[in-house]
Amino acid sequence: MWNYTDKVKEHFFNPKNSGVLETANAVGEVGSITCGDALRLMLKVDPDTQIIKDAKFQTFGCGSAIASSSALTEMIIGKTVDEALVLTNRDIAEYLGGLPPEKMHCSVMGAEALRAAIANYKGEEWVDDHEEGELICKCFGVDAAMIERAVTVNGLTSLEEVTHYTKAGGSCQTCHEKIEEVLEAVMAKTGALKPAAKHTPGTVGLDAIKPLPAKPEPAAAPKLTNVQRMQAIMGAIEEMRPQIQRDGGDVELVDIDGKDIYVRLTGACSGCSQSAGTMMGVQMKLVEALGEFVRVKPASLMPAHAG
Amino acid sequence: MTIPNTTIPNQGVYLDNNATTRVDPDVLAEMLPLFTEHFGNPSSMHAFGAAVGGKIEWARKQVQALLGAAHDSEIIFTSGGTESDNTAILSIIEAYPKKREIVTSVVEHPAVLALCDYLEKKRDYKIHRIPVDNKGNLDIDAYRAALSDQVAIVSIMWANNETGTIFPIEELAQMAKAVGAVFHTDAVQAVGKIPMKLADSAVDMLSLSGHKLHAPKGIGALYVKRGLRFRPMLRGGHQERSRRAGTENAPAIVGLGAAAHLALTHMGEENTRVKAQRDRLEQAILAAVPACFVTGNPDHRLPNTCNIAFEFIEGEAILLLLNEQGIAASSGSACTSGSLEPSHVMRAMGVPYTAAHGATRFSLSRDTTDAEIDHVIAVVPGIIAKLRSLSPYWEQGAAKPKEFAPVYS
Repeated sequence: MWNYTDKVKEHFFNPKNSGVLETANAVGEVGSITCGDALRLMLKVDPDTQIIKDAKFQTFGCGSAIASSSALTEMIIGKTVDEALVLTNRDIAEYLGGLPPEKMHCSVMGAEALRAAIANYKGEEWVDDHEEGELICKCFGVDAAMIERAVTVNGLTSLEEVTHYTKAGGSCQTCHEKIEEVLEAVMAKTGALKPAAKHTPGTVGLDAIKPLPAKPEPAAAPKLTNVQRMQAIMGAIEEMRPQIQRDGGDVELVDIDGKDIYVRLTGACSGCSQSAGTMMGVQMKLVEALGEFVRVKPASLMPAHAG
Repeated sequence: MTIPNTTIPNQGVYLDNNATTRVDPDVLAEMLPLFTEHFGNPSSMHAFGAAVGGKIEWARKQVQALLGAAHDSEIIFTSGGTESDNTAILSIIEAYPKKREIVTSVVEHPAVLALCDYLEKKRDYKIHRIPVDNKGNLDIDAYRAALSDQVAIVSIMWANNETGTIFPIEELAQMAKAVGAVFHTDAVQAVGKIPMKLADSAVDMLSLSGHKLHAPKGIGALYVKRGLRFRPMLRGGHQERSRRAGTENAPAIVGLGAAAHLALTHMGEENTRVKAQRDRLEQAILAAVPACFVTGNPDHRLPNTCNIAFEFIEGEAILLLLNEQGIAASSGSACTSGSLEPSHVMRAMGVPYTAAHGATRFSLSRDTTDAEIDHVIAVVPGIIAKLRSLSPYWEQGAAKPKEFAPVYS
């Protein structure tokens, strides 16, 4: 079933500004062949003030494509051409109260139609430069094309590197097999990967898997005093805050109870579908900083006597 | 054109029975005692176990009767269609390790296709994916050419889940036997709708799923002809004569038995009343809506399935508006599956993508009523017209397609 916000539903069931704008002096037509969506955006721009007086759309696409188109027209009417150009696909998605990760490309199509229409108005040639592929990481909305690009450009060779560069696979970790498939395919293409030995008929391929080299034992972490440990935790959380604040959220340390570290996510983080991923990120950071295993839990899970 | 304000029949109109069906109340009634008084483990020596064991053997006989199998021991209960498909293919390639080829079709369910992709990529199997024509009929010449003594197993579905198109399974099975290949069919959509007599058939293995025939989800069966080499996928117990280890899902097995019994009783009704409802729905929509067509082969298909491609609009949008009218259907569109690809079945038939995305499947069952069909017939034309008024591919006043060539990424 569709996980759409009320705002998406409102713009889908009763789209604003749909139809043909006879007086348009700027038209953008874009489509995404992979998803089969297509959008024609028609604008009426006042040549003196550069203000978008009216906008209409026609869309071939799913519910979120129609809602994104409708939202886009509402967002740009009354803006000047230059003000409108600042809009990104994220702005469209935010206006709609968020889109499921599979549907983010619908907002991308809206942003592209806007650029195409404005280019048409200015008499410029508009060239589409974005590619899309199968969605691999649902948590962070990373598709195969983005992973391929990151692997090719940066010469990545491992799953961990892909996660560091693209965030893909960093949260629920269920897409690791798919990431490794993309990685293998790119490496095979660039010659970075030696072809696997042919299996002899009748075996199931296990012979081709070599045992992993033994990992060196990590040096035992020096035992921290309680005060040092608390400072290390506070320092690590402080280091993470700017990154989380960039996404409109924040994190604060609430309590330390042995191996259980209680934190509170605030701002855009609270209620965000990716907050579990953020918690996991904080935990990884703390485990790294302390050299011991700890669990990061939301403050709401604190035992009653401790609160 | 507006959408008429007809009343929505009681619980809504469920026309997505190829996805799953409602558990029949009689099936549920058979199952309930297995949760309460007959809770024993059939492997146990005591009376608690023996009572359950007897019910399971009763259920096995019902499935045997539905399939027309020669022996009840040819039925292995599994967790569903996907497990049955996987077990069949993995079992045979393990039993015939020297044969390195598999024959299947391009329109199979992912339970077969994804496994074949995996075997091709990771275990070096050669996979022959037989194409279909624009009506979804299998290319028999390509099939014949793919068959050889190198083929371990052929896996071809009996009826397609999206279009309902039926393949000539007996003919295909005999051709496979002639080269010494094992023939498996995914009959998840066909069982209960097409009469079967596997005792007289060349079919070696057959997968079925309970929840497609009014039994609960999580139960299915694999038919394995007596004498066929078989290697279990799950090891760890003597259950199902050591062919599928794990304590039996007794309530669901009994549910499947009851559902199989009912399916046999109602098979005539599926092919008369339900078929007539399907035909009435289809003809009414085709007459009222311009630029739409039936996909698949209308002359050889399941009695309950109708798949109509509405051109120049997109399936998810259709489903959302149908849902507002209380109607449940499904779509071959990319956007409903979470993937970006439109249905592999539509693409295999060469349906243009502006139509493939608007392909909408209505699948009926013996629960479907005439009033429900009336409601769907009443609202579909308005829904299609509303979406076409938003479509850049549609000339509103002229009610015909227009030129539109966007920049594609």
